[in-house]
Amino acid sequence: MGVAAVAVTADPLDIEPLIALVGADGDGAVVTFAGVVRNHSQGREVRFLEYEAYEPLAVRALQRIVDEAKGLWPHARLAAHHRIGRLEIGEASIVIAAASPHRADAFAACRYMIERVKQIVPIWKREHFDGGDVWLEGATADPDDEAARVKAYRTACA
Amino acid sequence: MRVTVRLFAKLRDLTGTGELIREVPEPATAHVVWSALVAEWPALREYEKTMSVAVNAEYSRMIATVKDGDEIAFLPPVSGG
Repeated sequence: MGVAAVAVTADPLDIEPLIALVGADGDGAVVTFAGVVRNHSQGREVRFLEYEAYEPLAVRALQRIVDEAKGLWPHARLAAHHRIGRLEIGEASIVIAAASPHRADAFAACRYMIERVKQIVPIWKREHFDGGDVWLEGATADPDDEAARVKAYRTACA
Repeated sequence: MRVTVRLFAKLRDLTGTGELIREVPEPATAHVVWSALVAEWPALREYEKTMSVAVNAEYSRMIATVKDGDEIAFLPPVSGG
């Protein structure tokens, strides 16, 4: 069975199948991104993170982001997998691969994807630190928010 | 009519459940369903301005009409990545 371009999974993430999926002979660049669990946050010593998703919508939101990025960088091919469950320090919570004939598009598309993930994918992380835990809350998810989309695009192209 | 409610992250913690069934009078909107939850768990109210709503695993709006059998998900601000 082939690897999916977008996925939400409890299994450890592997970037290599994503690279193989998006790559083509005409590519001059493959940019990859891995978001990893950091051992500190806002002055707290982090022990581990716990990720939860509304899975069917999370997969649709990831696909929507891929489609948006393809609209912006038509020559790019893209994939993104997000992990859920308990993640230890140093483990990857998300991997993204972006391939394109030229590096500028691959870098921009990859950055756009992670910015949009943080805006609209229904996934939450609970930080477990010494002495307690807290659900982190970032953006109010609204895929139709044009200002958020523009912000992600500007960050991607900065 | 009967709808399924899904709650995530802090909303799940505040209510102690990630999924529940509720009877609501027809016609109803997502907001009607939400208001019934807030009546039961007043602590949810603080999320009214910042959460998102999905109907049958598609992003929707609080003013959207919901039907018998629909799954209504209330989503606190997201923190993936």
